[in-house]
Amino acid sequence: MTDPAGIVTAATRAESLSAELPAGRSTGWWGMVMFVATEATLFACLLGSYYYLRFQYGPQWPPPGIEAPSLLKPLVMTAVLLPSSLPMLWAEHGIRRGQRWRLRSGLAATMLLGITFLALQATEYAEKLRQFTMTTDAYGSLFYLITGFHGLHVLIGLTMIGWLLAASLRGGSFGAHRHDRVRNAAIYWHFVDAVWAAILFTIYLTPRL
Amino acid sequence: MPTTTPSPAVSPADLARLTEHWAEPPSLRAWFSTVDHKRIGRRYLVTAGFFFALAGLSALAMRTQLARPEAGVVSPQEYNQLFTMHGTAMIFLFATPMLFGFGNFLVPLMIGSRDMAFPRLNAFGYWVFLFAGLFMWSSLPFGAAPNNGWFAYAPLTGEQNTPGLHMDVYALGLLFLGISTTAGAINFIVTALKLRAPGMSLNRVPLFVWAIVATAFMVIFALPALNLDNAMLFLDRRFDTHFFDPSAGGNVLLWQHLFWIFGHPDVYIIVMPALGIVSAVLPAFTRRGVVGYPLVVLAIVAIAIISFGVWVHHMFATGLPQLSYSFFSAASTIITIPSGLQIFAWLATMLLGRLVLKVPLLFVIGFIVTFVLGGFTGTMFALTAFDQQVTDSYFVVAHFHYVLIGGAVFPMLAGIYYWLPKITGRMYGERLGRWAFWLIFTGMHVTFFPMHLYGLFGMPRRVYTYRSEPGWDGWNLVSTVGSYLLAVGLLLVLVGVVHAVRRGKPAPPDPWSGDSLEWSTQSPPEPYNFPVLPRVHSLHPTWDERTAESTGPGASADRVLSEGRRTLLTSELDAHRERAVEMPESSLQPLLLAGALLLFFTSMLLAWYPVAAVAVLVVVVTIAVWLWPPRRPDRELGVTA
Repeated sequence: MTDPAGIVTAATRAESLSAELPAGRSTGWWGMVMFVATEATLFACLLGSYYYLRFQYGPQWPPPGIEAPSLLKPLVMTAVLLPSSLPMLWAEHGIRRGQRWRLRSGLAATMLLGITFLALQATEYAEKLRQFTMTTDAYGSLFYLITGFHGLHVLIGLTMIGWLLAASLRGGSFGAHRHDRVRNAAIYWHFVDAVWAAILFTIYLTPRL
Repeated sequence: MPTTTPSPAVSPADLARLTEHWAEPPSLRAWFSTVDHKRIGRRYLVTAGFFFALAGLSALAMRTQLARPEAGVVSPQEYNQLFTMHGTAMIFLFATPMLFGFGNFLVPLMIGSRDMAFPRLNAFGYWVFLFAGLFMWSSLPFGAAPNNGWFAYAPLTGEQNTPGLHMDVYALGLLFLGISTTAGAINFIVTALKLRAPGMSLNRVPLFVWAIVATAFMVIFALPALNLDNAMLFLDRRFDTHFFDPSAGGNVLLWQHLFWIFGHPDVYIIVMPALGIVSAVLPAFTRRGVVGYPLVVLAIVAIAIISFGVWVHHMFATGLPQLSYSFFSAASTIITIPSGLQIFAWLATMLLGRLVLKVPLLFVIGFIVTFVLGGFTGTMFALTAFDQQVTDSYFVVAHFHYVLIGGAVFPMLAGIYYWLPKITGRMYGERLGRWAFWLIFTGMHVTFFPMHLYGLFGMPRRVYTYRSEPGWDGWNLVSTVGSYLLAVGLLLVLVGVVHAVRRGKPAPPDPWSGDSLEWSTQSPPEPYNFPVLPRVHSLHPTWDERTAESTGPGASADRVLSEGRRTLLTSELDAHRERAVEMPESSLQPLLLAGALLLFFTSMLLAWYPVAAVAVLVVVVTIAVWLWPPRRPDRELGVTA
């Protein structure tokens, strides 16, 4: 019997017969989760440094000469960034069923929201830079380091999403059984979102408490 | 008794196919593009050994300067750079990479896999380590090496107090190296979770692998603090931020907190895998398993967790609130319990076993003696009142050299002799090894024991010279003589290794009748490690007949996996078989990416920011190309796309 495409051989391999495919968590999944764990620790150290300097500094925070941050724009930014995880989830569930259109449109929606967030952050910076810079005092250094570092993470996340989008426009890159990369990028994006909530609380809300 | 050569279960055709998929024919390109964990592990060992030699020569220069009072062998500026590079290199460029080298070579072999989970990331980690090490050491000939001590306390490290590139090299070098360490740690965790041979449930994982995984978890959660610290230091120095500047709302103690939040776990990051080596060496030379396996595992995990709660004991002299001293004093005392438990487990193993007194066991015994002495002075520091008396004296220098040479270097030397036959396929000379051991052991104690004394007599550390009046000269001369003995001993180790590689007699697969799976492979192992992936039935698979049988006649094709470069994934806890996966082939991308990062860090150091921007672009493009999905139709069986 001829088996030109190797289909019979493939179908009778032990793992094809023994288990549902693909079984278990992939190495890529664990790798991304560990990477996110170490990144999360980095943000924890950043926010910890903020609180340390704040409470060592004295009663008035931000230091004299800098106003307490206004809330309107950061809340709008939050309203843009946090929901951006939803189209990502939708896209991921779509590609698991092999629906490439859902992958593409979900990724595009997330990307749009992410870019909007960065644009808003740029206007926020333009406003703040008139008031204080990274070299004004420790508050300024912390403000720009923490928000800037998070912004960089959003940018990296967007690069990953843009890369996925470019790959998905080519046939044969992703499918119902080939979506490890989508899932990994999604984990990273959800992380970038969640960290923003902690930054909003630390930088914008706690000075008003 | 040594296991037999190629498993009769595997047909010559299968062996040929395995060789075709896994072997890398020697060529210049293959040398730069290899992803074989054994070659990468060997490179880690050799490179870390090279940095050890450089750091050791720095120490010899210092000891020569201190041999007599008011000597002028080196200038104060040179002395500052020597002790800083000595400490920094020993901690960051030797200890951890050396143990990662052992891990890289051994973890896949011990768990019955054909490679690490991410072979290309592994190669990338090595190149980054090599480049970061060269980056830091190359500053020394220019007189621009780091010069504020390996823990680089603010505000001494500020631009005003230390102008020049010195501390920029330190901050950027460690950030660069951090990439390698993090990548390696993630790789170890995922490898140990997913690539264990079927049947190797968590309660059958060798202690060395447990130790490496616990270490990797500590790296994951500790290293970010150091990275952030160094990023802030660089920003403060170069871009005028104020994190460590009290005149503008910053705080110098922020540096110390972040540094020791990393730094104390780092002590265990260094010592833990070395203790794993001890647990791996003992069974072969006591002819029994380590006593109390579950307790030793629990001790490893407990140490990994508690190590994050003791950092302030490095800061007992900084004037923090008394309450925090009490807490950290208590935690530092508690951590001695799991550490002690491991020591007693090894002692009991030796007591109950039949000792085979070869060089590796000598080093293990040397380790126990030295490490316990270091641990003893360590518990003295847990008492705040005592600690404040001896802070920054030579007593501290004595303590941590006992801990690090005792706790890390001795086990590494045991490991080098123990696994040399596996790594090189050659036996070492026993006589030369014994000479090396006794010289190192004597040299170590002659060098460092007197430091306890002149530390208590009041000699501060990090002074480039001293006057004759306090009466420290005699003891200092003793230390210097000891350091030369130690150096001769270490030289004999090198001679022994080179001699074994050149002239040693060929090693059988299992010269020690060891218990873990690496001894069931060839010496050195074939590129694919195992012709048949074993099925593990016990904690000591090579001593266990059923495991040996699983690689014997009758092994099914799904454990030979000869059609392609493949290995097995298993479940995280119970190691149930999940599926076979295709492993990546050799590639030049890891080298390219590491090179681009070297360009980035060098141009940041020299303030060539446009070049740095170009380097970032190269990094992004390389990663994008590296991860670009191959085009394959989405065709899996039983499910329609």
